[in-house]
Amino acid sequence: MTTSISPFAVERIRADFPVLQREVHPGVPLIYLDSTATAQKPRQVIEVMNVFYRQANANIHRGIHALAEEATAAYEDARAKIARFIGAADPREIVYTRNTTESINLVAYTWARRNLQTGDVILLTEMEHHSNLVPWQIVAAEKGLRLEFVPVTEEGLLDLEAYHRLLEQHRPKLVAFTHMSNVLGTVNPAKEIIAAAHAIGALALVDGAQSVPHLPVDVEELQADFLAFSAHKMCGPTGIGALYARRELLEAMPPFLGGGDMIKKVELRSFRVNEVPHKFEAGTPAIAEAVGFGVAVDYLTSIGMEAVEAYEQSIIAYALERLSEVPGLKVFGPSAEHKGAVASFTFQGIHPHDIAYELDRDGIAVRAGHHCAMPLHNKFHIPATTRASFYIYNTRAEVDKLVEALYKVKELYG
Amino acid sequence: MDDLSRQLIIERYKYPLYRGILEPHDITFADENPVCGDHIRIDLRVDEAGRVTEAAFSGEGCSVSQASADLLVESIIGKTLDEIKQLTKDDVLDLLGLELGPVRLKCALLPLKVLKGGVYGLQNADEVSLE
Repeated sequence: MTTSISPFAVERIRADFPVLQREVHPGVPLIYLDSTATAQKPRQVIEVMNVFYRQANANIHRGIHALAEEATAAYEDARAKIARFIGAADPREIVYTRNTTESINLVAYTWARRNLQTGDVILLTEMEHHSNLVPWQIVAAEKGLRLEFVPVTEEGLLDLEAYHRLLEQHRPKLVAFTHMSNVLGTVNPAKEIIAAAHAIGALALVDGAQSVPHLPVDVEELQADFLAFSAHKMCGPTGIGALYARRELLEAMPPFLGGGDMIKKVELRSFRVNEVPHKFEAGTPAIAEAVGFGVAVDYLTSIGMEAVEAYEQSIIAYALERLSEVPGLKVFGPSAEHKGAVASFTFQGIHPHDIAYELDRDGIAVRAGHHCAMPLHNKFHIPATTRASFYIYNTRAEVDKLVEALYKVKELYG
Repeated sequence: MDDLSRQLIIERYKYPLYRGILEPHDITFADENPVCGDHIRIDLRVDEAGRVTEAAFSGEGCSVSQASADLLVESIIGKTLDEIKQLTKDDVLDLLGLELGPVRLKCALLPLKVLKGGVYGLQNADEVSLE
């Protein structure tokens, strides 16, 4: 990466995020290191949603009046922006969902149920978030499918040799994997993983919940069949996400939820599905949120995802260096060049709840627990970790504050 | 939670007064919070009148769960099993002297859940209700 964000630009970005002005406790400003859980929102996203409700609110797709036309245009324009953002050729390949979890469930309940038979294998990994495990467990139980798992190495990388072996051995129909782990930060070589899956006739689903907000992601380049991601982790509102899927797949998949808008025609005892992607968007959606999603895409585009990636690389490299100075602190996952800006750690047997509580006293927001990745924590024999994650509005000074606060925790609980 | 309560919790976490295993014991029960790895076991010795003569806790977890166990066990020595059955989550919060959000509330109440499981002679931790 040749471009990087200068310190000045970080301050300009920070100025766009109103929540960064607040004090968590009297005199204690917020240091938000929990963007992997949800990202903060720039005023541009907040305002567009307010403006929508104040001036353009109407239901979409069916109205003829001016507001309805405007709302529909805004909703569909946002869809087109989202498609361009991830390199999808056709906006019809973007289905609006509630979030990544719903996107994956959509594929499990429609594509998998329709296309998989007893004994078919779905290949997942040991580092998956529950949202890319449980839907497959549900469908597997229902249809007698088998789930197999690519192991994670001690270093926190996917064991790619094992991956190739498992592909040969099990000939899965679907490979579903995380592009970037929300615990280890590991960025998996998606293009290679997908190519290998295709070579044995499997489809590939990418959990892009962490990657799409933090790295340039291009579905054409990756050749992904499905990509799931959420608005709220990329500076957009909660309540809306997307499923990218190749058009032929969407055409062939049966509908997900039934109701208004996903139909072309309804009689008392039958219905005809609507065109793709509306076929998968039943009922009135989160319209203002979709518009907010589009503006979040604009915001990140204006910074440039290569620049975002480069900045986060420099922050995580700095954070790992500083954290390595703290005695008794162990960060899980690979070295900086293989990961995004996430640091999950254990600290001298001090319980993550206690660490998180003490850090909060200094205004530092981190997350404690298993981060919806219990199997991964089991693999490393730890019940819970403390997780600090960084995004476009975090600074080196904040990393320094984190380390300072960790030394204080050590003193208190030592 | 305020500073004094926090100090008490850290104090009892680092230097518990009732940590241990009672062998033999009349009642024992254990439970955990798998979400965060808090684990508590409580052992009791009870006399013929149904009064607790000795009590101890063991386990691992966050300061709130462990300190809560230490304080709770201390408070029940000399109480009858019937009195223990009357204990509520407010009694635990009074012992700790603080207000907690929903996540840490679970940590604070784990010892009470374990105690009630033992005192009611339950088989399964899921059956314990703190209502």
